[in-house]
Amino acid sequence: MRRFTIALVLGAVLLSPATLADEFTGTDVDRWQSEFDSVAKKGRELWTSGALGTNGVACAQCHPNAANTHPETYPKFQKQLGKVAQLFEMVNWCIRNPLQGAALPADDPKMTALVAYIHKERKGVAIDAGKH
Amino acid sequence: MTRLITRRSVIAAGAAAGTLTTLPISMVRLAFGGTREDFSFTYISDSHIQQIKGATFVRNWDMGLKRAVAEANLITPEADFVMFGGDLAQLGKKEELDHGAEMLSHVKGKLHSVMGEHDYYLDLGEYWSKLYGPQWYSFDHKGVHFVVLNSILTTDEWTFHRWPTAEQRMLEMAGLDNPNGSPFMVGEKQRAWLKDDLDKVSKDTPLIVFSHSPLQKIYKGWNFWTDDAEQVQALLQPFKTVNVIYGHVHQIQYNQIGNIAFNAVMATAWPWPYPDTYAQAGAHVPVLTVPMNRADPFFERDATGWQMIDVNSGRVTARYQLWDNGERVVGYDPKLGKPVDKKYQEAIVRKAPQLHY
Repeated sequence: MRRFTIALVLGAVLLSPATLADEFTGTDVDRWQSEFDSVAKKGRELWTSGALGTNGVACAQCHPNAANTHPETYPKFQKQLGKVAQLFEMVNWCIRNPLQGAALPADDPKMTALVAYIHKERKGVAIDAGKH
Repeated sequence: MTRLITRRSVIAAGAAAGTLTTLPISMVRLAFGGTREDFSFTYISDSHIQQIKGATFVRNWDMGLKRAVAEANLITPEADFVMFGGDLAQLGKKEELDHGAEMLSHVKGKLHSVMGEHDYYLDLGEYWSKLYGPQWYSFDHKGVHFVVLNSILTTDEWTFHRWPTAEQRMLEMAGLDNPNGSPFMVGEKQRAWLKDDLDKVSKDTPLIVFSHSPLQKIYKGWNFWTDDAEQVQALLQPFKTVNVIYGHVHQIQYNQIGNIAFNAVMATAWPWPYPDTYAQAGAHVPVLTVPMNRADPFFERDATGWQMIDVNSGRVTARYQLWDNGERVVGYDPKLGKPVDKKYQEAIVRKAPQLHY
């Protein structure tokens, strides 16, 4: 009986989160989340402003809350581009065409912000690359 | 797929679709007395003409309106009149309203216009009213009583006291998903006018009501919404035959609430996603509505268009002229007591459109 009790206590100690190796601290997690949120917020500002292109048209005019952008389906084959494309390439397609602007490099902080915002609005949807 | 539409091709398409089903939808003429006749009118909406600078405007939106006007003018026999459903301009500027009004002035026949929020919130409708007259009124045509409402008003506090400049007020209302916007409403004053206007009309007279925002509550987050919709509906319900036609949503929607059949119309400028595709929002589309196909961004005019509205026995059939997509025909089915699509039927026999997600 005594041995059983010790085993129970040991088990409880091993299962409690405080004993997991190398767990991130709350401070770390909060900081990382707020870094992401501030970039996604910048993305929302770009999304709704007419300043990304040259004609004053904003992404949000056709995509309220970034709806109908389907970030979870990239990379996927786009027949009009004739290849498997990434999300940033579709964002650039929209910047060049409806917004009549110049494409952004894939690692441009503005592109990172736009992609962060798109993903934030799509939170909770299962990844399904290649889907049409 | 792109081609010009003629009335003959549209009727042929409707007849072909009709052979696929035994349901007697639309074009059903009921026997009735009096002077009422069947007729058609043209409905163009949501052109969102947007000034870039000086004399340059966003080409994409210009082409949508120009194409709708050109096609509507080719239809024979001519429609009895033309409705414009609101949001002629993007930011309510005089230049945008003038440029849009100039293009729209080429339509054949009398033009009636509905106020949209993009026409209103810069100068509170002053310049629009110089072009198109009163913001709400009624008229009678071939036995049908027509009512035009300004449904995009909101509270005095938001309109007059919240924003430092008229330009900012316009920009805040122009963002569909902007949480700083405010729910649309018809308002007490206009509802009192509507009650007086309808008191003079026999309950047997068919009504067709035009608004910019839906006179039903669909999704508040995108202002697919009119805050006093129930009060307006209560004024319309005593009539036997009521149709509400609205713009604003840039997509096919239809619904039936009591005696009121609802039809939304397309934009000529750009399409909108259905609200239930917003992963954080949940389902917000009338269950009767079979959605249109998803827009293909590689085709500039896809999922935009205009419509012919047939009125048979006071009931509306909307013939959606969809560029880069087949036509959709949504008409009131007297047996089912609700609007149905000619081709896309009840769930069990339905030919499904593309999946929205």
